[in-house]
Amino acid sequence: MAVGQARGQGRGLRIYAVLYLAFLYAPIVLLPVFAFNDSTIIAFPLSGFTTQWFVELADVPALHSAVLTSLKIAVVTALISTLLGICAARAATRYRFPAKGGIMGVIMLPLVLPEIIVAVSLLVVFLQIGLELSSLTVILGHVLICTPFCIAILNGSFQSLDVSLEEAAVDLGESGWGAFRLVILPLVMPGIIASLLIAFTISMDEFIIAFFLSGSDPTLPVYLWGQLRFPQRLPVVMALGTILVVASVLIIILAEWFRRRGVAKRGGSDSGGFL
Amino acid sequence: MSALIALNGAQKYFGAYHALRDIDLEIGQGEFFSLLGPSGCGKTTLLRAIAGFEALDAGSIHIDGHDMAGVPANRRPTNMVFQSYAIFPHLSVAENVAFGLRKRGLDAKTQAERVGGALEMVGLGGYGARAAHALSGGQRQRVALARALVLEPKVLLLDEPLSALDRKMREQMQGELRRLQRHVGITFILVTHDQEEALIMSDRIAVMFEGGIAQIDSPEGLYRRPASREVGAFIGQMNFLAGQVRSGTDGFVAQIHGLGHVPLAAEQSAEPLAAGAAAFGMRPESLSLLFDGQAQAASEATGRIADRAYYGDMTYYEVALDGVAEPVTISMKNMVGQPVLSVGDAARVAWDPRALIVFPGPGTA
Repeated sequence: MAVGQARGQGRGLRIYAVLYLAFLYAPIVLLPVFAFNDSTIIAFPLSGFTTQWFVELADVPALHSAVLTSLKIAVVTALISTLLGICAARAATRYRFPAKGGIMGVIMLPLVLPEIIVAVSLLVVFLQIGLELSSLTVILGHVLICTPFCIAILNGSFQSLDVSLEEAAVDLGESGWGAFRLVILPLVMPGIIASLLIAFTISMDEFIIAFFLSGSDPTLPVYLWGQLRFPQRLPVVMALGTILVVASVLIIILAEWFRRRGVAKRGGSDSGGFL
Repeated sequence: MSALIALNGAQKYFGAYHALRDIDLEIGQGEFFSLLGPSGCGKTTLLRAIAGFEALDAGSIHIDGHDMAGVPANRRPTNMVFQSYAIFPHLSVAENVAFGLRKRGLDAKTQAERVGGALEMVGLGGYGARAAHALSGGQRQRVALARALVLEPKVLLLDEPLSALDRKMREQMQGELRRLQRHVGITFILVTHDQEEALIMSDRIAVMFEGGIAQIDSPEGLYRRPASREVGAFIGQMNFLAGQVRSGTDGFVAQIHGLGHVPLAAEQSAEPLAAGAAAFGMRPESLSLLFDGQAQAASEATGRIADRAYYGDMTYYEVALDGVAEPVTISMKNMVGQPVLSVGDAARVAWDPRALIVFPGPGTA
């Protein structure tokens, strides 16, 4: 009877959940639908199946250079923000220092700051100090917004570590660095990989900061936005969008897989994460 | 016996908190030594200072004649078994045990032999290939022991190693640790808050309160001759009866409120006997109930059972003695054919004056 009651109560929630998911994902599902549609007009009814738009993608040099720029920026951003994240997460979980809460709060602030504000302020600062807009300025902006995500992920990894583990390694004869390399690093490695992948993904599809700071080398999202001005190019953009969605989903799944493997490896129980 | 470990005037502050107060301590080669005290008494800080994880603010630590000042934990001849065991979860059992051997420059065969030997010694032979995180609590502790002992330290430090185990496992490990210590002959320093555990396992015990050492003695010495009321109350149970020490014609006499006077011997007090107010300590087993038909004892009192706790082999009675302010605790072995009294029953109590321990000063607490 208890089960029957639970079912009755669950119906409203279930309908809500389905609607919620539809609202969230239906637009994304439309992307591949029109990417394979044999028409330059984005409207129903569909007129036929084609892979023409994907073929056209292959010979647009400007697109290829945008992809390369984005990849370069995303890789460097992922490396820098993960390294900063490791330092911050270790400091936050291992050491006590004055105004720790405030400092951590300020570091995490870009997570909730409107990106447009960050982008405009950075633009003003870079112009003031005479830094020319380039991939470097985009990287600086992306590190700023990616680092909080990296810290959030890595904090979890570092927090679940027993402090005695490091002391035990030192007690058994290792130096501080040896203990970190042989014990701490392997145990947080899944978190580090997850952090790299998340930062890479965020940087890869970030638009606002890249739009303001990329100068003459557009990133992929900036290039895509430029293409939207030409209606006949829209299906090609849809095709590209489809590839990006699939790639993003794969990377996020990979990141989560690494994080869970890390939890299982330590024999711990799962306590959240991004997925 | 020259001391393997010597602490002189060791002091440690955490901010304004005085964690170690002027600790003087000598521990001999091959001794099983316990640091016993309630939580927050400084026993773990003292252990960590010996291990090299806490630097002293004053005083010195010598191990085997060498001053340990400025010697980091990784270069001290000590190894530690942590309260959480700190088994490296990403390594196998054998890799855990081999961790400290890596820097010794042994060839693979010798290293594997020593790891195997250490695991054999703690009863985990054949467990080498197991993943460390799949072990039970007792097994993790054995791995922690093997990992430390395989390095053949001069001193093994154990930080509450049994507190995470269930009762049965704990009792089993107490015996095993004791046997292991005798077998390897290494000095063990055990930190525990469990007085029973300390009594069972140790050669000598240091009782610590509030950062200072209250008494160092053998388990028997601590139990029979506690140096202060605090130690007496902390080690086992003790009844405190108010009264006076008086000097009589044949030496000193204890005048106990409600129980009359009995002669005292010098060894019944940690300090030289002197006339004045005192509390008289008496262990629950030094008092006994007399049942109907049992002969009169030399020192006898009457009272009423105020409370009772039945333990199977023993019964602990709270008895309100006539004319005595505080009820006394009496432990009785439950013998066949002997009744178990109920709350409210009248009781005859015999007590042994030779078991009195004198603590000078007023009050019974």
